[in-house]
Amino acid sequence: MEIKKGIAVSPGIAIAKALIIDSEDYRIPRRSISPSQRMTEIQRARNAFKDAVGELTRLEVAQDKTDEGKIKDIFAVHLRFLRDRSLRKKITDLVHSQSVTAEYAVSATLREIAAHFTKVKDPYISERAADIYDIERRLLRELLGKKREDVEHLTEEVAVVARELSPTETAGFDRKFVKGLATDAGGRTSHTAIVARSLGIPAVVALENLTDDITGADVVIIDGNRGIVIVKPDEQTIRQYQEYEREFVALEHKLDAIREKPAVTRDGIRITLLGNIEFPEEAESVLQKGGEGIGLYRTEFLYLNTKREPTEEDHYQAYAETIGVFKHRPVIIRTVDLGADKYTQSKRFAPEPNPFLGLRSIRFCLQNLMMFKTQLHAILRASVLGKVKIMFPLITNIQEVMQSKLILRDVMEDLDEESVAYDKNVQIGIMIETPSAALTAATLARDVDFFSIGTNDLTQYTLAVDRGNELVSTLYSAADPAVLRLIRTVIQDAHKAQIDLNVCGEMASEPEYIVLLLGMGVRTISLAPPMIPEIKQIIRSVTMEDCNNVARKILGMNSERQISNYLRDATRKILPEVF
Amino acid sequence: MDGRGLTVQIGEDRLERVVCQMEVEIKNADGLHMRPAMQFVDIASTFECDIIISNSENSVDGKSIMQMSMLAATCGTKLKIRAEGADAQQAVDALRKLVEEKMFDEPPPKKNKTKNVKT
Repeated sequence: MEIKKGIAVSPGIAIAKALIIDSEDYRIPRRSISPSQRMTEIQRARNAFKDAVGELTRLEVAQDKTDEGKIKDIFAVHLRFLRDRSLRKKITDLVHSQSVTAEYAVSATLREIAAHFTKVKDPYISERAADIYDIERRLLRELLGKKREDVEHLTEEVAVVARELSPTETAGFDRKFVKGLATDAGGRTSHTAIVARSLGIPAVVALENLTDDITGADVVIIDGNRGIVIVKPDEQTIRQYQEYEREFVALEHKLDAIREKPAVTRDGIRITLLGNIEFPEEAESVLQKGGEGIGLYRTEFLYLNTKREPTEEDHYQAYAETIGVFKHRPVIIRTVDLGADKYTQSKRFAPEPNPFLGLRSIRFCLQNLMMFKTQLHAILRASVLGKVKIMFPLITNIQEVMQSKLILRDVMEDLDEESVAYDKNVQIGIMIETPSAALTAATLARDVDFFSIGTNDLTQYTLAVDRGNELVSTLYSAADPAVLRLIRTVIQDAHKAQIDLNVCGEMASEPEYIVLLLGMGVRTISLAPPMIPEIKQIIRSVTMEDCNNVARKILGMNSERQISNYLRDATRKILPEVF
Repeated sequence: MDGRGLTVQIGEDRLERVVCQMEVEIKNADGLHMRPAMQFVDIASTFECDIIISNSENSVDGKSIMQMSMLAATCGTKLKIRAEGADAQQAVDALRKLVEEKMFDEPPPKKNKTKNVKT
């Protein structure tokens, strides 16, 4: 049994078999074995060879039917390799001499051979390294079972484990089977965290070397409350955690009970709670958890989720579906925030050296007008179905606002010519997530209908920290006085210009920050659906007077540590049961 | 130059330990790449005897595709075949035939001199 500590990013308990996802590489657990297990491992290795030979023979025979002599040759070569006794002996000798698992021996041996091949000058030979890797994969598949690959055809409950998880990888996750997530990398606001929270499953990240010490189908406990992952837990631990799980579910039910109740502070101030979503399917869960609309619809997932580029109709269908759930309640659709993601970068001729500061988001859209207009066209068409608001991300200056509005007007004219209906008074807003936007919020406020403070990116850019980089993720904190000062400025500027404002970053789903945000003047919050009940509970338990006091106190503090400690203590006093 | 096979009887047991040695030259244009290596190993594996193949640097097991492909023998490379066992002679003969006569059923290198063709 191994206990690993990481960062808890989504609450709950999961006890399930591990499904390991590794998109690039097979990461092999080195796992040493005891001398008494050596014979078992050697036998496993032999069986893997036998099974691989069997499968290849079947494939070779099947190939007979097609014309491709070349493919048949390749299978023939692989078969020879798998039948090569000296290869098998090398592997089993390694298991024996170093007491390692069959997987490790296979991987280590074959990679050594592949390395030798790559060094040979003759391209015929050096290219064979690819064959060696292929054989390695085949053997590993036999040893590790199908569990290492298949997320799309799950039939049993699993806990997904990976080095890190990308949007494409998590897109197919079904909450029915994926019961928890655990990654080596990541931080509080990494994609894994976001997905886990919206699916309502526990997740722990920044575990550093979990994938080194776990094999597919190992039983694992993911404790998303305490930030612990336990590999191959013993009986006693499993029982203990089953008890925790029961307690947690009971608490969830309690929170569910306040679903219908309004988010009002004890002294009668009404707060609006909206939900953040990535897919139309999540809209329902926002409603279920008591959300009153969508504060942030991350539409880039239309591009990240599919194999082909979405058509205008695809866009429209997604928006229509989402709006259909909320009818007259607001749905804020953010135009695509693409560019810095792996998907887009991989399609470039020359990947940007610094995509985070590069052609992304609104800049990307302004340089890809056809795509941008397609999306705007669809959003406008859908605007007749409900109360749609359009939001532009990563605005850094007023020109970007002007340009975007101009293009929107172009699309409106197109629709007029096509005699297609749309909401002519559709509200337009922008994300305030760059320091430049925050500092010039007063100017920007004159030309938009609302602001949405994206605290994730705002914090990253202000503190110059990559939230996904576990080496510096502790520097990332929304409690930093610089970040708070910027947020305060934006709130004040919005109030002065009398435009709506909401906060939609992960800060909005952290109990410790709610009190502060309310005290700073925020009245609308958008967060991941699973956290809505808990945040509502907090709102219903505080008075605005308390919140204002907290905010005032923070004004006088100038260290992040001081502020975050104070916030934790203050919230704990107000809501002892949350902690 | 190909050597003559030497026949030596080693040991007193009933099993004959015959050792045969021969040097062969790779004659096909593309040398000992995967396909020829495969053919070589297939034929070598039909014999009981131990077969060691050497180039100027290494000696490898002639029945192991992994080891044979490491030889990376190009056209013109000379390899020494050493077989030890009851059927050593047959093994060496068969392998020589494959390498030098059949040339792995592959073409020999094209001649280097090209006539200047005036258009």
